[in-house]
Amino acid sequence: MSEVLNKVVDIVCDRLSANKDDVSPESSFVEDLGADSLDTVELVMAFEEEFEVEIPDDEAERITTIQSAVEWIEGNS
Amino acid sequence: MDKNRVLITGGSRGIGKGLCDAFLSDGYEVLATCRDASQMTSKDKNLIYESLDISNPVSLEEFKSVVDDFKPSVLINNAGITKDNLFLRMSDEEWTDVLNTNLTGTFRVTKLVAKLMLKAKWGRIINISSISGIMGNPGQTNYSASKAGMDGFTRSLAKELGARNITVNSISPGFIETDMTKGLIDESLIEKIPLGRAGQVSDIASIALFLASEKANYITGQTLVVDGGLFMK
Repeated sequence: MSEVLNKVVDIVCDRLSANKDDVSPESSFVEDLGADSLDTVELVMAFEEEFEVEIPDDEAERITTIQSAVEWIEGNS
Repeated sequence: MDKNRVLITGGSRGIGKGLCDAFLSDGYEVLATCRDASQMTSKDKNLIYESLDISNPVSLEEFKSVVDDFKPSVLINNAGITKDNLFLRMSDEEWTDVLNTNLTGTFRVTKLVAKLMLKAKWGRIINISSISGIMGNPGQTNYSASKAGMDGFTRSLAKELGARNITVNSISPGFIETDMTKGLIDESLIEKIPLGRAGQVSDIASIALFLASEKANYITGQTLVVDGGLFMK
């Protein structure tokens, strides 16, 4: 497991009260993990803080799964 | 989170100045904006002025770092303009300028602050609207539209951010004695006001203080009309 994936999973499980064993890279925040719209905004904010990046709003809208988050972060750090 | 830092747009005169005075007296740190802050001096270290033109995206972009440093717990969207004209004579520019400043400017300033409030899980957003938006006023199709728009914005935003303890309310002043209403307040108007007088800026500031306080923790998405009884639904 890459370090980025590890950290993203930690953040997601913490914020959405999910079990690490129940999530996979394809897990969708809204559909699989029960996030509401505020949760999705705050998740992106948490990624920004952890990885010290700034994710523009239009790109943030496309970060809907753990995998898409990892891909954005790895592609932009 | 420190709940005693307030950002007030349009703080150099009128209701904005009244808001600055009231919040300062109540122990807040105040960050006040106006289009040209170089004209403003403050004798109190808890009151600072910064230049901001809410209708100008470049000005807003430059202001972002100031907001990030100040971390306001309360935002008062007070800056606004009028460009009154009879509808049939109203130019496109008079329409768009007022909508752009009053409504879009409010949207943009609030965006700068909302993320900080989300992180802190606490916030108070107070939008200074107008009874013109509720009851209409000849010569103010643009202004009325912008203020009615502000009230709709208040309601939707309140629903979005409520889960994080951020309340969003509008205050709708009636006729308040300021530069904006100079020449508009006469005997025939006073006769229509049950409380028999025009309002003072302190009448509005005290309501803003209340909404920003813990006493108003269960009020959100509301438009509080403060007009001496001029307009009743």
